[in-house]
Amino acid sequence: MVEKTAVQKEDSQIRQKTMIAEHYTRLANAPDTGEKNVYTFVPGNLTELIRSFDLLPVLPEINALQSAMRGKSRDYIAIAEKLGHSEDVCTYVKCDLGMMKSGNVGPTGERLPRPDLLLLSYTGCFTFMKWFEILREEYDCPVAMLHVPYQAEGKITDSMRDYVVGQLRDKVIPLLEQVSGKRYDEARLCEMLARSARAEDDLVAVLNAARHRPSPIDAYFGGVYYIGPIFSAFRGTEDAVVYYRLLRAEVEERARQKLGPVTPDGPMERERFRLVVEGPPNWTSFREFWKMFSDEGAVVVASTYTKVGGVYDLGFRHDPARPLETLAEYCMGCYTNLSLPNRVGMISRYIEDFDADGLLINSIKSCNSFSAGQLMMLREVERRTGRPGGFIESDLVDPRYFSAANIKNRLESYLQMIEQKRGARTA
Amino acid sequence: MKLHVGIDLGSTTTKAVILGDAGTILGRGITNSRSNYKVACDVALGEALISTRFALLENACAQKGTPIAEGVLTRLELLFRKQQFLTQLAALAEVVRSFIPARERSGVAGKRVETIFQSMEKEADEMFRPGGHRKSDFFRDLAGSMYLRLAESLAQKDEMPFDRLVGLFDKAILDVENRPPGSDNFGVHARAAMAEFTDAPPVLHGVIMETVSVLLEVERSVGTGYGRATLPFPKEQIRSEILCHGLGAHAMFPNTRSVLDIGGQDTKAIQVDERGIVTSFQMNDRCAAGCGRYLGYIADEMNVGLQELGPMACQSTRPARINSTCTVFAGAELRERLSLGEKREDILAGLHRAIILRAMSLLARSGGVSNEFTFTGGVARNPAAVNALRGLVTENYGALTMNISPDSIYTGALGAALFASRTPSTEPLPGSDEASATGNRGADSNASKEAA
Repeated sequence: MVEKTAVQKEDSQIRQKTMIAEHYTRLANAPDTGEKNVYTFVPGNLTELIRSFDLLPVLPEINALQSAMRGKSRDYIAIAEKLGHSEDVCTYVKCDLGMMKSGNVGPTGERLPRPDLLLLSYTGCFTFMKWFEILREEYDCPVAMLHVPYQAEGKITDSMRDYVVGQLRDKVIPLLEQVSGKRYDEARLCEMLARSARAEDDLVAVLNAARHRPSPIDAYFGGVYYIGPIFSAFRGTEDAVVYYRLLRAEVEERARQKLGPVTPDGPMERERFRLVVEGPPNWTSFREFWKMFSDEGAVVVASTYTKVGGVYDLGFRHDPARPLETLAEYCMGCYTNLSLPNRVGMISRYIEDFDADGLLINSIKSCNSFSAGQLMMLREVERRTGRPGGFIESDLVDPRYFSAANIKNRLESYLQMIEQKRGARTA
Repeated sequence: MKLHVGIDLGSTTTKAVILGDAGTILGRGITNSRSNYKVACDVALGEALISTRFALLENACAQKGTPIAEGVLTRLELLFRKQQFLTQLAALAEVVRSFIPARERSGVAGKRVETIFQSMEKEADEMFRPGGHRKSDFFRDLAGSMYLRLAESLAQKDEMPFDRLVGLFDKAILDVENRPPGSDNFGVHARAAMAEFTDAPPVLHGVIMETVSVLLEVERSVGTGYGRATLPFPKEQIRSEILCHGLGAHAMFPNTRSVLDIGGQDTKAIQVDERGIVTSFQMNDRCAAGCGRYLGYIADEMNVGLQELGPMACQSTRPARINSTCTVFAGAELRERLSLGEKREDILAGLHRAIILRAMSLLARSGGVSNEFTFTGGVARNPAAVNALRGLVTENYGALTMNISPDSIYTGALGAALFASRTPSTEPLPGSDEASATGNRGADSNASKEAA
């Protein structure tokens, strides 16, 4: 176990914590206040649309990873396996089901309400569909399934966009109207989308700050905190706008002072390695995992996981002038919906733009949306950039799949390999 | 003389390699890894220092005008090893005695133990004579097999239970094995060996004296292997075994471009460039199925020695088709197939092939095999594994040179020693409390002092 030490929290962190706490309290009080909620997922979600109907988003993936960080996932997974779910099933699903069966107590210790609607806005992950199928059985509530075409050809075509907009207009919006009892209010949606774009601008500035040497942020371990509000329930809110403004100012100040990232164990002293990381982090040993990097002076300067909700740094912004079209593009633009060549191109560009030492993949055992094709991507990125790749394996929220010794061994070997290559170059 | 040391602390064995001034390998030492890593490290290093002195002795003899007949040094080394064995045996006997309550020492228990140790001492002559057979180089294995055999035969004769005798050994061997090696190994044992070597050429005495007086100074050490984090080295002197195996294999076979290492609990596929620098690697995940330990379980399950498995599998004419390499299920799979009438050698051949198939997948994922290829680790000593690998590499990548060094087990330690020799010494030496002002450490420091 990593010893916990008190680190001075930044204002943005405190702000985020308050936002989250208030949101969960609202959810816990929903049965009394009559507020309704929608269960939905992170990739390409329709937060602004949901909120424009005064519905509250609930994100089962976030609950699962929060359960893992609080050390509850092992028991939850055990409950799901007892119900008959096999060991190989996505561990987010099992963790969520186990939580549900244990009273549906959320990350802040308050009970989550039953869903009024299950809204699946990204079908690139087939497991999501099955997950909601199980929840539908459990809760007997309406389900909206938005079919999202894969960017197989590396771009979003007009017909793809029209197809998604049609579904939004004809299926999703009517269902949201029905559940909320409110009319679709496009003007309100556009206001939210304008706020989204402002927050997105600031988030991109934060992520791009990693181009500095030393990088003032860790764009993977720290990055997952930065994307929290925008990828979950807060996009389109004033809270998110304020949070990202605050965060950007803090990060830019750190960059100005030439300070490195702050880790849970304090500020990082020396930047020895700059990495690009592909794949989600492990959540059960998140702090230990981060420490393996920070102990070696390894900073992640760009990561693909922080693009699972949307790839803002490549230019996408929610556009209030085209409300439904922009939502459709957002749904189709999330990272795992990109083709393999697009992902390779994006990672290679990160390596160049952020002057990284190489690509490290954390391959997740139970997530094929991410893992399929990763080794091929690794080889291609190595070939294009000439910088070495590394490969480690773990899991999202099942602690049985995290072997600290094995991961540390591979990570250290990778970092030493980078060092050896550097030495050979300068020799 | 300045030395560079590499230590590879593996899950099964700990290896040390010593390089001399010119970067040539002077000594190698190996011991079984035990719960106390520091001791394992000291023992391996002590053994490597002894082997270094023998190398110096050989060089000194070669430089003398009077040639020394072939076999003389081998004989000396055997006598030396016998002395080492007897010293450890005496220590073992003493600990075993201490575990017998005083009132029983003159009774059956005490007598039986004395009988066993007397017989073991006598058998040592046979074991260390030229051409004598030793099952292992480790004291634990040698003493263990002798003791158990003698205890069994004695227990059949009278009321002294076999379990009690074995219990005494099991308890005592841990103590003896975990003692730091004797400080004056070389000088004392060499002299004792010479006392017994009555027909030794007179010149040998002088050469031994000269060798003993050489000051061996460990300039720098680098540690590697699974237990490397526990080595008493500063962080800067620790290298990943992936890098060490890559560099070690390159040093042994400079044209190597791919390295496969199958050790006790992990399998590594490594690609290196023309300088031995690692360009890519893959290793098994948290599950160590199909690593060296798997063969250990199979050997235990079949009640045969680990080194007998390979030759047995080589007898197969129709290898069984086995896919699972799960160590936990290995025993069940074996028994089931035996009960279905499959031949033991065919099952074994199938098991070896299954291990290599898993390694082939790692090799493919690391970038495949495009040029000369080197196989290292304990499993590289198993002929059935080697045959399966050669077949599958040829099948998948064409006929390529496959290197296996008889010293392949030292590949990682060699790589570590090379790293030690390449980096300038700015850090304190490992275990610097022992290293003290002379720059010597561990087993050899007193030998040098004693001679000086």
